[in-house]
This record gives sequence, C-alpha cells and structure tokens, in this order.
Amino acid sequence: MAGAEPLLSVSGLGVFFGGGPDEVQATKDIDFAVYPGERVGIVGESGCGKTVTGLALLGLLPPATTRIVGSAMFEGQNLIGLSRDRLRRVRGRKISMIFQEPMSALDPVFTIGQQIGETIRTHFGASKAQARERAIDALASVGIPSPARVHDSYPHQLSGGMRQRAMIAIALVCEPRLLIADEPTTALDVTIQAQIIDLLLDLSTRNGTALLFITHDLGVIAETCTRMLTMYAGQVVEDAMVDDALVRPLHPYTSGLLRSLPRLSERGTVLPSIAGRVPTLRDMPTGCRFAERCAHRQVGCDQAQSIARIDATHRVRCHRHADFVLPGALTEREAAA
Amino acid sequence: MRGQSRLIGRRLAQIIPVIVLATFVVFGLLHLVPGDIAFTLAGENATDARIAQIRESYGLDRPFLVQYASWLWNALHFDLSRSYLSNEPVLNQILHRFPTTLLIVCGALSISLTIGIPLGILAATKPESRLDAAVTSLASLGVAVPNFWLAMLLVATFALSLNWFPATGAVAFAKDPAKSILHAALPALALAAGGVAEVARQLRSGLIEILSSQYVRTLHAKGLSPAAILWKHGLKNVSVNLLTVIGLLVNRLLGATVVVEAVFAIPGMGSLIVHAAINKDFPVVQGVVLAMVVVVICMNLLIDILYTILDPRVALK
Ligand SMILES: Nc1ncnc2c1ncn2[C@@H]1O[C@H](COP(=O)(O)OP(=O)(O)OP(=O)(O)O)[C@@H](O)[C@H]1O
Ligand code: SF4
Ligand SMILES: [Mg+2]
Repeated sequence: MAGAEPLLSVSGLGVFFGGGPDEVQATKDIDFAVYPGERVGIVGESGCGKTVTGLALLGLLPPATTRIVGSAMFEGQNLIGLSRDRLRRVRGRKISMIFQEPMSALDPVFTIGQQIGETIRTHFGASKAQARERAIDALASVGIPSPARVHDSYPHQLSGGMRQRAMIAIALVCEPRLLIADEPTTALDVTIQAQIIDLLLDLSTRNGTALLFITHDLGVIAETCTRMLTMYAGQVVEDAMVDDALVRPLHPYTSGLLRSLPRLSERGTVLPSIAGRVPTLRDMPTGCRFAERCAHRQVGCDQAQSIARIDATHRVRCHRHADFVLPGALTEREAAA
Repeated sequence: MRGQSRLIGRRLAQIIPVIVLATFVVFGLLHLVPGDIAFTLAGENATDARIAQIRESYGLDRPFLVQYASWLWNALHFDLSRSYLSNEPVLNQILHRFPTTLLIVCGALSISLTIGIPLGILAATKPESRLDAAVTSLASLGVAVPNFWLAMLLVATFALSLNWFPATGAVAFAKDPAKSILHAALPALALAAGGVAEVARQLRSGLIEILSSQYVRTLHAKGLSPAAILWKHGLKNVSVNLLTVIGLLVNRLLGATVVVEAVFAIPGMGSLIVHAAINKDFPVVQGVVLAMVVVVICMNLLIDILYTILDPRVALK
C-alpha cells in the first residue's frame, strides 16, 4: 500500500451531539486512511463510536442535532461539509453503506427490484428495462439463486440472509470504491454470517472495492481484513496490520480484546473478558480513556494520550507501549506455523 | 389476488353476525323504553280496547323474540316494513335520505383530506419548526372544537350575516347538483374541522416516524434526493396510516351527522333516526341502524382491501 494515494483519508474527525450547553462528544480525533481496495476493520465495544464514524463520513447523522469537525478527504473532496447535492453524488455511487438489520434497513412497501433500480436510476440515466436487467445481474452476483424472483419480492418475503445479500446488491450495484459495512452479520445465524462474510470478501477482491468493516467481533476482522483500527470510547487507540496486531498488539485494550477471542486450542474454556465498563460520553476521563480498566496504568496515564506512530503501518495511543510486551491471539510460534 | 378474495369472503361471513348483534341490541333497547307507539297512534282518550287492538294489528302483542325474528327475516328479504307514523316503506325513506347524508360525509372527508394531508406533510418535513408548532396547535384546536358549536357559528356568519350559503335544508343532488352542494357546504365544513385536525396530526406523526426510520437512512445512503424520499417512499408508507385514519374518520362522521343535521335542519339519516326514536317509530330506527351498520361494514371492507394493495405485508396475514 505504501506509496499509493489513500482512497479515504480521515483526520481529526470528531462528532458532537445535542448542541448547546448539553453537547456531548461521541468521537474525538479520529485519524485513519483507507487505500484503494484495502479491507480495514474497525473493532471496539458497543458505544465506542464505530457506527457514528461510518455515518459521519456519509453525512447521515441527523443534521439538526449533530456537529462534525475534522476532515475526510475522498477523491480530492472533503466529505465533511460537502454540499448536500455533492454528497448525494458520492452516496451509493462512490461510497455505499450497509447496516446491521437488513429487515428494517429495507423499505417494506417496495420490492427489492424497485429498491435496486432506483439506486441505478438515481446515479445513471438508465431506462426501466435497463435498470431491471442490471438489478437482476446485481442480485445474481451476490449469490442469490433465483434473482428474477427475488427482484419482484418484498423484503418480508425473504430470509434474513437473502435480505442482507439484497442489501449488498443494492450497495454494490453502482460499483462504489468503498463499502462501509456496519456489523452486516450481527443479526444473522452463524452459518449465514460466514456466508455473508465470504461474499463480502469475494466481492471486495473481485471488484477492487475497499471495505471498511465495522464489527465488535475481532474474529471476523481476522478473517476478512488486512488492517484493523481498535476504537475505545470515541477514539482510535490502535491502528495496525491484522497479522501484526494478532501477534504483537501494542495497546492493552487491543490485547484484552484479542485474548477474549476463542482459540482453537482452548475451545470450551471460559474466555477472559476485560473487566469494567466504557466511560459514558458525559464523564470522559481527561487522561487515558482506558485507564480505569487498564492493568498497566501508571503515573502519566492521567495525561491525555496522543496517538504515536511506531512504524509505517502501526500506531498506538498509549505512552507506555514500549514498556511491556502484551499477549495477542497468537504466539509468534503459532503465527509462523 | 387470492389473498384478497379470501379476505372478502371472511369479511362477508362476519357481516351477518354483526348485523344481527347490532340490530338486536337496538331492538332490545327500544323495548326497554316505557310506553309504545300504540298510545301515540290511538291518540288521547283512547280506550284500552282500542290500544290493544292497535297493538295487535302492528304485531306488538307478540313476544319480544318473535317480533325481532320476524323483523330480521323480512329485513333479510329487503323488506324493512313501514313507518308506524307515515306508513311509508322504511326502505324508501332511507333511500330517499341517504344521499343527502352521504354528500355531507363525503364533503367533510374531502375537505379533511385536501387540507389535512398538505398540512401534515408540511409539518412533518420541518419538525419542531414554527410551522410545525402552528399546525400542531391548530390540530389540537380542531379536535377540541365541538362540531355543533362550529356549525352554529358557521350558520350565523356565512348563512345569516353574509348570506353566502343557505342556512337550512337540503336539495337532492340529482335535482340540482350545484344547489345541493351549496346546501351541503356548511354542514360538511362544520364536520370537517375535527377531520382536518385528525388527518394532519396522524400524517405528521406517521411521516416523522417514517422519515427517521432505518430504511429511510438507507435511502439517504443510496444517494436519493430528499424529495424522492418524501414523495415516493414517505407517502407510500404513510398511506397505510392514512387509510386507518380515513376508516375511523368515516365512522365518526356518520355518527356526527346526527348533530349537524339537527343544527342545519337537514332531512338526512341523522334527523330521520332522531325523529323516529323520539316517536318510538321502531321500524324506522331499526332500518336506519341496519343501513348504517351495512355502510360501515362495507367501508371497512373497502379499507381492508386497500390495505392489501398498499402494504404487501398485510396480504400474508
Ligand atoms: N443521533 C445520536 N444522538 C446522540 N447520541 C448518539 C447518536 N448516535 C449515537 N450516539 C451516541 O454516540 C455513541 C457512539 O455510538 P455508536 O452507535 O457509534 O456506537 P457503536 O460503536 O456503533 O456501538 P454498537 O457496537 O453498539 O453499534 C454512543 O454513546 C451513542 O449513544
Ligand atoms: S496510557 Fe496507561 S492506562 Fe492508558 S492504556 Fe496505556 S498504560 Fe493503560
Ligand atoms: Mg454500531
């Protein structure tokens, strides 16, 4: 990736909600880049700001109650503060987003075909017949066995897995350069989850679509992504190549998440989970946001932590990262094998 | 389509029990009222024998259940018997007066929809704005205003002072459409105030919920314009709510005509039943109740069919 221009370059992204004296900050100083065709995972516990970050990039947060700072450069334009009209030409065309619940994310009173067709017709001046043909192709390309039938079905007539495939078809029909997938499998059965993940992986490689994969499941990221961002309490605390992070996490929080992954060798044992809870938006600590739950906390941890670059592909938000060697999901030996 | 014919079949099967129940209850209530038509018909100073004779000739001496059964049996053969008072066939009276009431109800419904829908949409697209606040308070006012009071206010202003509309009475639509609409205008307006408010309110809250739903977020994420989202997806989804409102509204309007017809002295269904009830003209009361029940059932059936067309999820259930 080094040398290539990033497709998306986010810096200093912060999202505030509520406005006025009651305003709270949901995310702070989010910095990251996604390169063309790259698959980046965002992981973190519930409420850490993953969805908010994805929505902020496409301007999908409620405008009346939201304030966004920072920038997100995409193909030479800053998505933050882009005019509504220009943003609309990016949405669904250059950047698509799919969501957790495929049932509530589809309009119940329009057919799947109508919902794909209108995306095509919004971005390209296609006729109804052309749109239909293209929509059926798109449904076939996401592995739907009878695309013509599904084209004329309503969302409630499909299974959860089929609905999510249809959502993916809608998102990818205009061949966007980036797909933001916000927990696309959480609401599905385990076997269907695996199929959808395989599908996303396959489509991303086949079409060169970059993927921003939001999940709280590190296992999914390990399978799908090349790079991962760990988020904690509204901040990115670690940015590393997945292979690297699995073996040598530098942030105690990433290490904690990795250690709670089920390992082949230890099936059936109780997984260690990180004790304690995420601080709420209203009482964020001024120092390291993870301090309250961190076993390595020491003097200096009560200072705000900035994200430090370790090497070309690894950054971490912990001033003590050089002081310890943290366990990952794999040992060096397992990784080599 | 198969789902629809099944739905119609199921509804039709419900009609008979509903009709029997409604008319039986009314029949029973009428019989609880002390005194009967025989006293009225016999006039003052009539002998007991004369009253008994009249009772017998009208079949009023038979047991309650037999009277009801014979009425029902005839009604099922489209014979609603005759008015005790005028001796006119009840069916004729109803057919004669129903169009007048229908015109008022349809007028009130059209006014409710043509004013209520745009107001609801406007308020929903700018929630919490000054416009929204205005619509919301107007709606509360519209619901709160009693329609008899509004009716009298309208008569006083537009009929008596300004002389724009006739104050009372009705003209058959078939005879003179323009005049008939002129007569129906004020009563319809009086009835519509609550309807406008109800439609605007329901449309506003329905649309606000829809516009903040997850699937509308998907539509934005696909790059659709706010106009396409509102007019295509918003309206189709909210039309289901609208249908519910229309159903309730029609039922309520039919009931409210009783009061408004009284204020405007309109010879419609409402005044017919009131007059008949006061005079214990049982066949007429029964006939009007039956007609109303049939109208309401047909209306609800129509709405149920429209549900299956507008909301694909309904057909399955
Ligand atoms: N529209 C909003 N208004 C106010 N606060 C919001 C809004 N959307 C999100 N938040 C808050 O922002 C924080 C981050 O939420 P977000 O949905 O991004 O979490 P998440 O990481 O996606 O969690 P999950 O794994 O549960 O989806 C939460 O505290 C949430 O309550
Ligand atoms: S800064 Fe201190 S408290 Fe925060 S993660 Fe690092 S060691 Fe733990
Ligand atoms: Mg989320």
